[in-house]
Amino acid sequence: KSSVQTIGEEQIQNPYTELLVLKGHQDIVRFLVQIDDCRFASAGDDGIIFLWNVQTGEKIHELHGHTHKITAVAPFSSSDVTEEKMNLIITASADRTVIVWDCTSGRQVRKVSCFHSTVKCLTVLQRLNVWLSGGSDLCVWNQKLDLLCKTSHLTDAGISALVELPKNCVAAAVGKELIIFRLSASNSGSEGWNILEVKRLADHQDNISSLVSVNDLTFVTGSHIGELIVWDALDWTKQASECNFWDSAVHPDVQPEIKLSQSPHETSVQHLTSDEECVFAAVGKGIYVYNLQMKRVIACQKTAHDSSVLHIERLPNRQLISCSEDGSVRIWELREKQQLAAEPVPTGFFNMWGFGRTNKQANQAAKKMQENTPVYFLELVGDLIGHSSAVQMFLYFGELGLATCSADHLIILWKDGERESSLRSLTLFKKLAQNGDLQLKL
Amino acid sequence: MISAPDVVAFTREEELEDDLYREPPLPEEYSVPLFPFTGQGANPWAKVAGSKFTRDFILISEFSEQVGPQPLLTIPDDAKVSGTFDLNYFSLRIMSVDYQASFVGHPPGSAYPKLNFVEDSKVVLGDSKEGAFAYVHHLTLYDLEARGFVRPFCMAYISADEHKIMQQFQELSTEFSKASECLKTGNRKAFANELEKKLKDLDYTRTVLHNETEQQKKANDKGYYTTQAIEKANELASVEKSIIEHQDLLRQIRSYPYRKLKDSEFHPYEPESALDRADMGSHDQDLTASDPAEPSETHLYTHVPSYTPKLIKAKSAKCFDKKLKTLEELCDVYFFTQTLDQLHHIERTFRGDVCYLLTEQISRALLKQQSITNFLFEDVSFLDEKPPEKQYRGCQGLGQDAMDEKCLEESLAPKVVISLGSYKSSVECVPIKMEQEMEDSEEPKMSESVMSEHQENLDYLDADIKGSISSGESIEVLGTEKSGSGLTKSESQASLPVMPSPQAGRSKVGSRRTVSEDSIEVLSTCPSESLIPEDFKASYPSAINEEPYADDNEGGLRFTPRANPGVHDGQDDISKQESLVQVDAACCIGKESPNFLEPLPELGQKPCEEDGVVRIPPQPYRPAEQGLRGGFPSHEGLSGGLLPYELDSRYLTGSREVSKSSLDECSDSTSHISSAASTCSDRTPSPAHLACAAGDRHRKRAGQNALRFIRQYPFAHPAIYSLLSGRTLVVLGEDEAMVKRLVTALSIFVPSCGAYAKPVKHWVTSALHLVDFQKWKLIGLQRAVSPAGVNVLHALSRYSRYLSILDADSKTLRCPLYKGTVVARLADHRTQIKRGSTYYMHVQSILTQLCSKAFLFTFCHHLHLPISEREPEESVVNRRMNFLKLQLGLANEDIKIVQYLAELLKLHYIQEPGQGGNPLLRFDYVPSFLYKI
Repeated sequence: KSSVQTIGEEQIQNPYTELLVLKGHQDIVRFLVQIDDCRFASAGDDGIIFLWNVQTGEKIHELHGHTHKITAVAPFSSSDVTEEKMNLIITASADRTVIVWDCTSGRQVRKVSCFHSTVKCLTVLQRLNVWLSGGSDLCVWNQKLDLLCKTSHLTDAGISALVELPKNCVAAAVGKELIIFRLSASNSGSEGWNILEVKRLADHQDNISSLVSVNDLTFVTGSHIGELIVWDALDWTKQASECNFWDSAVHPDVQPEIKLSQSPHETSVQHLTSDEECVFAAVGKGIYVYNLQMKRVIACQKTAHDSSVLHIERLPNRQLISCSEDGSVRIWELREKQQLAAEPVPTGFFNMWGFGRTNKQANQAAKKMQENTPVYFLELVGDLIGHSSAVQMFLYFGELGLATCSADHLIILWKDGERESSLRSLTLFKKLAQNGDLQLKL
Repeated sequence: MISAPDVVAFTREEELEDDLYREPPLPEEYSVPLFPFTGQGANPWAKVAGSKFTRDFILISEFSEQVGPQPLLTIPDDAKVSGTFDLNYFSLRIMSVDYQASFVGHPPGSAYPKLNFVEDSKVVLGDSKEGAFAYVHHLTLYDLEARGFVRPFCMAYISADEHKIMQQFQELSTEFSKASECLKTGNRKAFANELEKKLKDLDYTRTVLHNETEQQKKANDKGYYTTQAIEKANELASVEKSIIEHQDLLRQIRSYPYRKLKDSEFHPYEPESALDRADMGSHDQDLTASDPAEPSETHLYTHVPSYTPKLIKAKSAKCFDKKLKTLEELCDVYFFTQTLDQLHHIERTFRGDVCYLLTEQISRALLKQQSITNFLFEDVSFLDEKPPEKQYRGCQGLGQDAMDEKCLEESLAPKVVISLGSYKSSVECVPIKMEQEMEDSEEPKMSESVMSEHQENLDYLDADIKGSISSGESIEVLGTEKSGSGLTKSESQASLPVMPSPQAGRSKVGSRRTVSEDSIEVLSTCPSESLIPEDFKASYPSAINEEPYADDNEGGLRFTPRANPGVHDGQDDISKQESLVQVDAACCIGKESPNFLEPLPELGQKPCEEDGVVRIPPQPYRPAEQGLRGGFPSHEGLSGGLLPYELDSRYLTGSREVSKSSLDECSDSTSHISSAASTCSDRTPSPAHLACAAGDRHRKRAGQNALRFIRQYPFAHPAIYSLLSGRTLVVLGEDEAMVKRLVTALSIFVPSCGAYAKPVKHWVTSALHLVDFQKWKLIGLQRAVSPAGVNVLHALSRYSRYLSILDADSKTLRCPLYKGTVVARLADHRTQIKRGSTYYMHVQSILTQLCSKAFLFTFCHHLHLPISEREPEESVVNRRMNFLKLQLGLANEDIKIVQYLAELLKLHYIQEPGQGGNPLLRFDYVPSFLYKI
């Protein structure tokens, strides 16, 4: 029995009424990275990086250079005082190379292949104009791809996540441990940096799966067994922790069921995102909203998707987008609860052939909260169905739309049909004016 | 030889016309004009009685130097076709009008025989005794053994219907020119080959003779020449002269002026398949590449290596002893078969009743003009295939100013107004007016006065001409346009402004001409177009087309001067809109355009009377309709013209061919198209034409199936709405044939996304993907019980929001609700229409109305963009919705249809020609409902 909420076919608040399928990749597309206002890069298991125009869906460049799958992508806009801004992206691959690409020309700027292991994460410290690569060790590079310094061999498993902290520090997730490093200017060279291990934090019981910086004062980590720890970014102390927030406290009525089906995968914190007030966690199939002030989960959608939620993003308009292995993307809105009017949901006709999901009436009851303080809930305002396989990631471009990438090798651009239509009209009349007349030739 | 005239029909026609002209008792729109052919039975389209053959055919004849004119072959090659028709007699007739003597031989002042590259001549002649009218195309082929090296041939298209010949003159001329060009190309090749062989022979003969002379010289020590030796020397000299002559001929034939090819007006015969083209290209190259400088010997050996030269006797055989080459030998087998194919193609194209041809041509021509919208529901590919109005193109090349002037000028001319009569009821005549155009509103009056003046002029001209027509000559050649080539540029230009009157006058002559006491009348002739000066040409074809309808001007046609400026304004309007953005918005809202609200079903009925008799025969398309250009979709009027006689199948089955094909359509096993296709050689599949024919057949079948669909399925409306609004419709079923039939039926409602094939996939067995919905708007899907089938169904339910699903097995439909009115008109299950093709045309007409609405919607500037910068977006949206609802009269879901079509138009227009553009998928979040029978 699944309790996934469905919304039916009438989605008034869903603005995405037009889509564009971008084909190019030969394998799972795992990463989408925004380059500037209208361009983004996609990369995946086929080792190819594509640059796309988000407005037109046009393929700008096709970057070949890696022989294995891409493991990490980071945008890097070099801001040299002398030159105009250059848009670079850094890609790391399982072939143990890192390549820096120029997004404008689509050319390879430089390739580094002196790694002992696969680089699993990349972080750019824009402030210091350096970037870090994390594999079995942590290396610091400058913009010209000179290796400035590196740590000793940390672990075979390698660094799974990196996050920048204040005071020239970085936090690296290495297995169950969180290691804080500090970058300090070396005395010898003008541009030299030293990297020092400052602290090891071993509060997690399991591997740290996600790491996100909330603001200058806090950062959050999540682990495979669903622990969520809020850290102070300055002194690296534990501010709060929520270790089994998916269970009894919130939903006593469905708890036994959850316990039964509970597996590490089900409770793994797949992805974290945050705004100033809240941390949004994708845990298993559910989405949880953790309020930093109240230090508790204020809203959740326990089974937001049919399977694991892979990526979650907060939109400016109090909306939340999540994507999942079930191939769907859902748009949620965080609302304060008034009285709970049972919304009639059009049932649709999924079941005519008996293959659709069983008729899932909105499981509104599940969202009940017994707290007396303002009660929030996540309401499903729309879903985007297009991919035939797990949606790995998405990129929100504001009114330009939403790009989603998936294991079905496709990238889909979801757009506001109304807006696109009027844009096309604009283009049309521009072109008419350009042609100067109506002497149309076929 | 000249028999008594049978001019009854024509005189009566004249009387009628006069009567009508003198006293129109009722207002035009209420009058029931007498049908000119009333005496001949109920069917107004019935042919003039008295023909001795059953259907049109093509006759190829030769003026043999041995036996005189003789028929060579007919197409179709069937004795039944010509029946009791005397081919020999008719050959004599048609060959005897080749007045255009082609001089070949020794022209004065030239040492060598000179080949004349004769232009073909094209004449129309009528033989009232035989009840036959013919388009006759004369051509000359070269034959080394013939007198003067030439063999005159002619191809004639013979029909009992004079109107057909006259109205289709231009088209016939174009098509026959292709055939002729093919024959001549082959002939030049064969002639060159023949010359080479002859040269080889001569060369060999010379060597032999030379050797003999040398031997004689050696043997002869007497110091004087024997008569034998002198004879030999003379012989040698004559052989040498002959060699020089033949070399010169060869040079001439090879330097055949290919200048024509550069002439844009000229269309050399092109075999329809690219393969053939390449093939022929190489042939041509062979001919041209071997330029005269090259030693002919080497060329000879490479070309015909197996040829062994013969000794040529000094005395040639008697003229009558030798057997002349057959046409096939003259033209090289390859080209001969090509020509036959082309002739078969002509026969197929022009068979059937002329009204059918005309409507086809009109719709095609009008469709062509709708360059913006025609891709939506029409098969655009066939539009490019045949350009019937080349003059039109030429005109476009003119400068903009000249162009506009011309348009204006011609739009004021009476004939334009006449042809506009058929547009009267069309939607796009909505006078969209701009305030700035107010001064232009005086135009109608102007044009009216100009009109009447013209009319008077015509009458005067008539009177003048009437006096001159009582000539007693047996053959009269009228308007030999050859003289046109003699006109100087300035002369012909000067005649342009007054063009309508003399021209119309001349056309009158044409029709009067039949009054004269001859049985053969050459009604009009013209040589190939390339000889006509550019500006003369613009008026040229109408001179011929005009003729049959000269007497209809006053009677049958409603005269609607208002329509003309209306359309004109519309055009201006649009062009203004795009250039002047600051113009007041009122122009788009079009206060005075109540036509949108007019009940549309009336459209189709206007031109027909209660009993279904058609007053107006279809008019040939006239290139003068340039005033209509500007991309306005403009063939609704056509639907009105077509509808009436569709209702009665007799009209369509006027010709046996058509009725036969309609039978075929029902049986669906062998259509006349496929049987016809099989007659043409396998070597040249001529795909273009087949595609066209296949399109015809497809249309019929699709129409038939669609009719069946709307009668069988009560939920046809929402299904069709899905297609029209761009929501992919999946037809799900186990039986492939049934699914395919449904898909074919529904495919006529699917708008195309570009100038390519329709987004229809007839049969899919695997699970569908999102990409499929982007690409296909109508999909036939297999329902299978296998695990794969489960996947298929799972995908369907997953993507159900993008789909409407028609389950052919359980007869259910799952799709959004439809409450509009357009589809009800499009697919009325109680429709009286019985024939597939008729229904297809009905659908086309309604879809075209939709297209024109979508066009208006798309290209009205202020509907999409704010008038001023401060204007909020909502007011634009409001304006847009008001336009759709009030101006275009659309209700509920119909708006979505027009919006979708408009979106397609935008995409099509914006799209750069080079790139295909990313296919978009637009969708709505609307609930679906399940319909059951």
